[in-house]
Amino acid sequence: MKKYLLLLCFNLLVLFSNSARADLTIEIVGGAANQIPIAVAPFQAQDHKTNSNTISAIVEADLNRCGLFKTLDTRGINTIPHSPAEINFSDWTAIQAQTLTIGMVEPISGNRLRVTFRLFDVLRQTQLLGMEFNISQAQQRVTAHKIADMIYEKLIGEPGDFATKIAYVAKTSNKYLLQVADADGFAVQTIVTSQEPLISPSWSPDGTKLAYVSFEKKKPVIYVQSLLTGQRSILANFKGNNSAPAWSPDGSKIAIVLTYSANSQIYVINVDGSGLKKLSSNNAIETEPAWSADGNLLYFTSNRGGAPQIYSMPVSGGEAKRVTFEGGYNVSPHISSNGKLLTYIKQVPEGFRVAVMDLQNGLGQVLGNNSEDESPSFSPNGRMILYASKIRGKGTLAAVSTDGKIKQTFTDTGVDIREPSWGPRVN
Amino acid sequence: MNKKLIISAVLLSLLAACSSNTVKDKPAAPAPVTESAPAPAPAAENAADTSSAKSSDVAYNPLKDPNNILSKRTIYFDFDKDEVKAEYRDLVAAHGKYVAEHAGAKVTLQGGADNRGSREYNLSLGQRRSVSVKKAMNLNGAPDARIETISYGEEKAHDCKDETCFQQDRRVDIVYDND
Repeated sequence: MKKYLLLLCFNLLVLFSNSARADLTIEIVGGAANQIPIAVAPFQAQDHKTNSNTISAIVEADLNRCGLFKTLDTRGINTIPHSPAEINFSDWTAIQAQTLTIGMVEPISGNRLRVTFRLFDVLRQTQLLGMEFNISQAQQRVTAHKIADMIYEKLIGEPGDFATKIAYVAKTSNKYLLQVADADGFAVQTIVTSQEPLISPSWSPDGTKLAYVSFEKKKPVIYVQSLLTGQRSILANFKGNNSAPAWSPDGSKIAIVLTYSANSQIYVINVDGSGLKKLSSNNAIETEPAWSADGNLLYFTSNRGGAPQIYSMPVSGGEAKRVTFEGGYNVSPHISSNGKLLTYIKQVPEGFRVAVMDLQNGLGQVLGNNSEDESPSFSPNGRMILYASKIRGKGTLAAVSTDGKIKQTFTDTGVDIREPSWGPRVN
Repeated sequence: MNKKLIISAVLLSLLAACSSNTVKDKPAAPAPVTESAPAPAPAAENAADTSSAKSSDVAYNPLKDPNNILSKRTIYFDFDKDEVKAEYRDLVAAHGKYVAEHAGAKVTLQGGADNRGSREYNLSLGQRRSVSVKKAMNLNGAPDARIETISYGEEKAHDCKDETCFQQDRRVDIVYDND
């Protein structure tokens, strides 16, 4: 034990940096049956065909990646319009565009930018959206994601998730990094660096904090850390293991798993560390709590029936109900924000695969086709599921639409990526 | 394509070596477990041998005698199981008895799991395994106050692809304080 105490000293370094490095890029397979043809004209003063970091290029990549749009090649258009008066609608009907986005990026005083964008219905020749942003240079990427969200919402009829963030753990040869990135894998920030394992990041519903498990004290301990200031505190460091934090939808509580001297059991604790309350009490493994959308139920993994299955129980106390019945190993529940879908990991003959269940009729569907899927979480609008998988032996992130039709794989520069969690939509 | 065939062939031969059709829930063959298991700190044993050879007044330490069952510190488990198998009962009983009889002895039981499935579930499974070993030690008189149960789950697991490798990670290590 002394050996451990010596090793324990200063082996953790908390970083908070804005340096974007090792961006994840995304490969897309498949798409919706009826993709909406959309032309994203390069915004004036920005040529996105030669620079993938321009606002219009990011908007186009977002729309393309989600699988619901068919982004059209605009290189054949002689005069790219930037204002309504410059649009020649016959140019756009000629390339089968149903919708068209145009815009401008103009420098204004104080080293700021004015970004204007408009969305048109090409067939009706009418403007569907128009918006102007006054932004700093550093806000170009988030502004592009917001524009893509507005286009998505106008044309699909539900909010977009392009301006949201994801958290995950990257493992290099000798370090574990808790990182946060934009939903497209860019703008990576390292939140925590440790020589001991980091697992199970969970977002606060306002998107300003992460709860996570760190082994820096040679055992699992739960921390809460602000993404705005980098400041962190211990949420739970009880005897035994402290793990599996899950933030309640109203932001006031965190469901956690403690062992003391026995098996894993589920507890709820206030965000300030007060009011610890035990919810499960038995001789089985009870872990991986996940809140229902209304905050009244906790879904969790238990082997009380002999093998791990997903159950639910009222947070106020009461009997647990079994939720998964098919197969001998169903774990890692997460519930969509509309409360209708459950995603989980199911063991099938080929390995462990991400699956989704309609909670109204109890019908499950396996979505992945890899063999080592882990840690699924829904996008805020519930249309996509982000999860960890292994491709050619290396940990990577992947996403799949809840209907299984659109599959995305994130690739990166040589590090092992695991434990993803999709952050909330924040206005 | 050729590469795939070669890999498949290698995997097949590995599976054949395990004489098992499925990876899941395969009861571990006793002999391979002992053989493939990493030796419990051979360097420390050698060091202990050397010192006892040099000076005869160093007290005999049964924990460091490679011929004593107490020098064995690792218990292996089946997939998704936490029962201490028959072949490890003598080992666990010996440690339980040692802790019971030596008031200064304190142990930490570090549970582990192979890298398949959920990390959080595996953390709980490793904990359940260490609790299972603790209970067996309690039966031999070792008090809870001198046994701590923790788990690393799959966080210390090797990057395994076959059962021979997986079974090394489904374990509890008995670690003596000040050892």
